[in-house]
Amino acid sequence: MSHNRSMLIIPGNSPKRLQDAPVFNPDILVLDLANGVKDEEKDSARLLVKEAIDFMDYERVQIVVRINTLESGFGAKDIEMISCVNLTGLMIPHANVEQIQEVEQILAVVEKETGLEQGKIQLFPVIETVKSLEDTSAILSASRRVAGAFFNGDGLAKELGITRTQDGEEILYARSRVAMACRVAGLDSFDTAYNDVNDLEGLEMDANQTRNLGFTGKSAINGRQIDIIHRVFA
Amino acid sequence: MKNNVGRDIPEYIENYGPVKPFEGASANYGDCSRVSVNLRSVKPGESKLVETMDEVLDKVGIRDGMTVSFHHHLRNGDFVLNLVMAAIAKRGIKDIMVAATGIFPIHEPLVGYMKDGTVTGISVGYIAPGPVPKAISKGILKKPAVLMSHGGRPRAIESGDAHIDVAFIAAPTADSFGNMNGVYGKSACGTLAYSVSDAQYADYVVAVTDNLVPYPACPIEITQDYVDYILKVDSIGDPGGIVSGTLKVTKDAVSLHIAELAAQVIEATGFIKNDMSLQTGAGGTSLAVAAEVRKFMIEKNVVGSFAAGGITGYFTEMLKEGLFRNIFDVQCFDLKAIASLRDNVKHQWMSGSLYGNPHNKGAVVNNLDVMILGATEIDIDFNVNVVTGSDGVIIGSSGGHNDTAAGSKLAIVVTNLTKGRLPVVRDKVTTVTTPGESIDVLVTERGIAVNPLRIDLIEKLKATDLPVMPIEALKNLAERLTGKPDPIQLGDQIVAIVEYRDGTVIDVVRKTLD
Repeated sequence: MSHNRSMLIIPGNSPKRLQDAPVFNPDILVLDLANGVKDEEKDSARLLVKEAIDFMDYERVQIVVRINTLESGFGAKDIEMISCVNLTGLMIPHANVEQIQEVEQILAVVEKETGLEQGKIQLFPVIETVKSLEDTSAILSASRRVAGAFFNGDGLAKELGITRTQDGEEILYARSRVAMACRVAGLDSFDTAYNDVNDLEGLEMDANQTRNLGFTGKSAINGRQIDIIHRVFA
Repeated sequence: MKNNVGRDIPEYIENYGPVKPFEGASANYGDCSRVSVNLRSVKPGESKLVETMDEVLDKVGIRDGMTVSFHHHLRNGDFVLNLVMAAIAKRGIKDIMVAATGIFPIHEPLVGYMKDGTVTGISVGYIAPGPVPKAISKGILKKPAVLMSHGGRPRAIESGDAHIDVAFIAAPTADSFGNMNGVYGKSACGTLAYSVSDAQYADYVVAVTDNLVPYPACPIEITQDYVDYILKVDSIGDPGGIVSGTLKVTKDAVSLHIAELAAQVIEATGFIKNDMSLQTGAGGTSLAVAAEVRKFMIEKNVVGSFAAGGITGYFTEMLKEGLFRNIFDVQCFDLKAIASLRDNVKHQWMSGSLYGNPHNKGAVVNNLDVMILGATEIDIDFNVNVVTGSDGVIIGSSGGHNDTAAGSKLAIVVTNLTKGRLPVVRDKVTTVTTPGESIDVLVTERGIAVNPLRIDLIEKLKATDLPVMPIEALKNLAERLTGKPDPIQLGDQIVAIVEYRDGTVIDVVRKTLD
């Protein structure tokens, strides 16, 4: 995969956002079945995302679906349904080596049964726990399908019980760790999103900071953020 | 008969008369005349002050069949229309024509008057979605409503096509001789621009004020020599409904994207330059276009000649920044605009006639470079609908839409490609308000279409990487997302007539079926 600068993450249970997302031209569009989708909506969100991938004008973007964890009981169903449509990859939350390998096994079976090209679907582990941070390099090499990693600062902050700040000092080590590990592995690295969608100056400063740490791209939670991210990570 | 935009229009409409079909945006320029006005001289020492509404109605000789007019500068905070109509209805008067420059949901009592025959006709330049247009769509009004533009209404009054018996002018500030302004007082609304023609041509003019001040009520927008009577009431309006704080640029990502594309079109077609002029609507997306244009103006060190229109605080800030030398204001949308009109000599009011009347010696719209417009629907011939929803229910009137489209050098419609689950771009719009020949560019979040008549613009945009495509492609894209809507079924009864700014009929609205 060529260098990707941006990753726009949108909830998979919002028809309007699924329709609007491609107009912002992110390099990668992440359709999220995990965060922000209540358990009772997981099944319908999965179906909606599948239909959206088949139907929407996503020709100019690469589609990645953030599935649920395998432990949740939803993850395997996500993989089985979503893998059958034309997508670039799956994002694996709370990534660890075992989970990556288990996902790979499920994918291999699905691809074989449905006649899809073997190994085509890529994996993007989410580094968002202390354990996954510690094991970043191992996670990146757990499967040949791994094409990049997404560092979720909010997830890490939640586990540590800390508050995110504007200057990001509390996640500086974590950011550096992920960025360097991805560099060594020759893979794309996507920094955590800047949460204040109305503060575009703050976003630009944050993006410049993380580019200087070695990240190759950044995630966004709002289409307004994409142009700035593209400019910084050009 | 078919008019110039292919609409089927009867040659005669009951309770309207013979129909002059729309012949083209430029078909009716040329020599015209103004109707003469009867004057009543007021002797020195005579008082114009009146104690009660009943006394006013006695003095103007209110009777069946009269036309009474109101302005809509108090918008959804207006009390005056309802106050006057209640007094008229109480007398058992019937068959009144209400010639309002605008109607809002607060004017809901009109529905009852429509039902009981007090009001049998309505004409407007603007009508907000709500109970009154819904009732008109259902055929409750005896005569077809006449939907005009902000420039077409004063044209009709000045030419005599529309006669006003009594103009009731809500005046935030007035003196005992009838001088009035809208920039002072607890019900301040800014300019009283839309009522100027009413003041000049109505048989009787009544100022209704809640702020009677010592003579003279400077600054004077409507002067005493047009006014017959002055009535003081407790309140002419609810400030909360008159203006809503300060209107702001949208934060919606898709709308901002559309605004960025529109500004790039303006820049690429060479309109960001010294002495440029600009008008936008007051909606969040329109203001976002202004915000993007502002960035280009600063980057290129451009000073514009004027901004125009309904004015918001955003444009008054641009005036203060020196990005425009002047503002022409036909309506103040927020508190900042009112304050600017009051305090800044470079912020100039303009009457509705000066703004958009096609039959005078040059309206301000003729000087306008760039106009940003909205649309409920637009078709593959670039005809625009702002009058009905896709269900056929009336939700608006032209306002300044077809005036500014006709006058400006670059008329851009900005809109989402789909709204709800309906495509905005269609084979044919439900109702034509503005003819396609006067619309130059459509900007949506998924692409830009240029009117094939504008070869100059097409050439300039070819040199950019903007997503320009035929309007048919946008239509197909919209229908791919929403499906192709079934045509709506409407009744035969004509419930409203859409007049183009020159008084010709560009379309009709038929009754909605339950």
